[in-house]
Amino acid sequence: MGFLNDPILFIAEWLSALLSGWGLSDGLINVILTFLGVFVVANFGMLYVIFLVWLERKLAARIQDRLGPNRVGPYGLFQTVADILKLFTKEDTTPRGADKVVFNLAPILAVFSVLLIWAVIPFASTWVGTDLNVGVLYIVAVGSIGVVSTLIAGWSSNNKFALLGAFRTVAQLVSYEVPMVLSMLVPVLLARNMGLNAIVQAQDNWYSVFFWMAPIATLIFFISSIAEVGRTPFDLLEAESEIVAGFHIEYSGAKFAMIFAAEFLHAFTISVLTITLFFGGWQGWGDQFPIVGWVWFMIKSMLAYFLVVWVRSTLPRIRIDHMLNYNWKFLTPLALVVLIVTALLDRIVADNVDILTSQGQIIRSATLFAANVVIAWVTVALIRRRARQRPARVPVAQPRPVARPPEASTPASS
Amino acid sequence: MTPVQVIFLLTSLLVLGTALMVVTAPNLVRSALWLIATLFSVAVVFVLLEASFLAVVQVVVYIGAIAIMFIFAVMLTRKVMQDTGPQTNSNWWLAAVFSLLLFAGLAWMLSTWGGFGAQAAASVPETTIVDLGQALVSPDAYILPFEVASVLLLAALIGAIVVAWDR
Amino acid sequence: MIPLSWYLILAAALFSVGLYGVLARKNAIAILMGVELMLNAVNINLVAFWRYQAPEQVVGQVFAIMVFAVSAAEVAVGLALVISLYRRRRTVVAENIDLLKW
Repeated sequence: MGFLNDPILFIAEWLSALLSGWGLSDGLINVILTFLGVFVVANFGMLYVIFLVWLERKLAARIQDRLGPNRVGPYGLFQTVADILKLFTKEDTTPRGADKVVFNLAPILAVFSVLLIWAVIPFASTWVGTDLNVGVLYIVAVGSIGVVSTLIAGWSSNNKFALLGAFRTVAQLVSYEVPMVLSMLVPVLLARNMGLNAIVQAQDNWYSVFFWMAPIATLIFFISSIAEVGRTPFDLLEAESEIVAGFHIEYSGAKFAMIFAAEFLHAFTISVLTITLFFGGWQGWGDQFPIVGWVWFMIKSMLAYFLVVWVRSTLPRIRIDHMLNYNWKFLTPLALVVLIVTALLDRIVADNVDILTSQGQIIRSATLFAANVVIAWVTVALIRRRARQRPARVPVAQPRPVARPPEASTPASS
Repeated sequence: MTPVQVIFLLTSLLVLGTALMVVTAPNLVRSALWLIATLFSVAVVFVLLEASFLAVVQVVVYIGAIAIMFIFAVMLTRKVMQDTGPQTNSNWWLAAVFSLLLFAGLAWMLSTWGGFGAQAAASVPETTIVDLGQALVSPDAYILPFEVASVLLLAALIGAIVVAWDR
Repeated sequence: MIPLSWYLILAAALFSVGLYGVLARKNAIAILMGVELMLNAVNINLVAFWRYQAPEQVVGQVFAIMVFAVSAAEVAVGLALVISLYRRRRTVVAENIDLLKW
């Protein structure tokens, strides 16, 4: 029963008893167990990518009315393994004139910045890498390191396309950090705490899940996170028809595999973050058992990942100037408005109603949801009015001079 | 030599080593990357000083914004891929002498101060972040410097755009 | 434990390295990098004093946050100036930017 109750704790206690039986000091046991925990979480992330790549290919294929990989193994399950083997046995080139140290460092930094996020995510009520009290800010900080890795990947390739791609990528990533941070502040505000486990535990009923209190913030976070990862519809940065694969043109073989794995892991990480911040994380029926909490976590995050893949398979790519306009002229002001309105209303509700009771939570959710609906209505009305004032220009070709044979009566000379 | 002291010595070696690479690297983009390493090491120093919030803000602001601005500026203002020629001007030895003199002077001046060898004070209270937030927005604390800093950032934002406007 | 003097010496050393960077480098951007090192040294000093003298008051951290904001603003404007200079004079070597009005 002890094992079923909390497997990780059981294994940790058993291991520490074993190691102290071998005569190791307590501090050393602590260090060893921490390293083991880090090893397990990091490997879980990287191994899960193998499954995620297969899942994405199958899902995208089915949405596009085709089959997807189905040759290698049952239902094509080993396709990713075959791909990884292929990538690792490819020739590992470094372009001439490239800065070797920086060129090799960039993919490492890319994976590094994504794996660091996994240190603060709560998998269950007691399963969290390190429960930082500034967890949300830590996630923002680690995202910034990913931006640096993209930039140096593009620069060190000694390739103009790579450099241009890196500039555009960094412009997009840095721009979309702003609405992402602003919308991440909404659950922090509602939970009165920046730690991720505290945010999850503040959403303990189905009606106090932060999605009801801040649907617009959920959407903004989801959209800007998709832009942060660089997936369709924001994947201009690596579109083959536009910029020939962007900042990772010159990467082949194992280095490309690392960048590729980092991108997929990042896509899964943002779905995990969405459900942690807005949908209650590991909360669910029967979650006093950590195993059940972990199962709920996986179910919810796979649903969110399905949403990411669905969006990717359905929407077309947007142009870079449309992308930046969308961010600065729509998402950021909307995120600011939502933040201010949520802050004000939450304060008013908390002063008048005891929000610790379930009835208080329902009132709070209902009020904030109504406010979000009002904001959405006003926004759509404003956009509609503006669209009416500027009629969409239908592109009509200018009449162009048509080549005609010279008239027979016109003298050829003079 | 307690483990914390060992960690501090390693971190300070990292800080000073990478800072020296920043000021002596001939390739300017390498110099910017060493700057990122220095900024990260300073964040580690903040963690040692139990100012975790400041450590994370250091990474977000310095590495996530300022270092990227530096790399962009370096990339936009060079004609060739590699930098050629020495990167120091003709008075570098005088600059080295001045820096050493300054360091010696600061160290000597600090050593004559009474509280120089002080040990760590009482432990940091748990609610530092809440106190920090309240100090930044409460009228009898530091709301005015906070607002002035916001206006300064706004002015810098507008000024940078205007100055770098491509006519 | 770590005495305060270690942190202050570290900050002084970082400040001196930054000063060397400002005085000895040709490129204007490298000079700005030296200024950033000096600002970081100041921040280490501020936080060390906060931790060792008065950890229950947050004024040390507030001051450090102000330094963050000011340094960010200064780097933005400084780099904008450097880029504008590069466009006009095609050089960022500080010695060659020597005309008051052209």
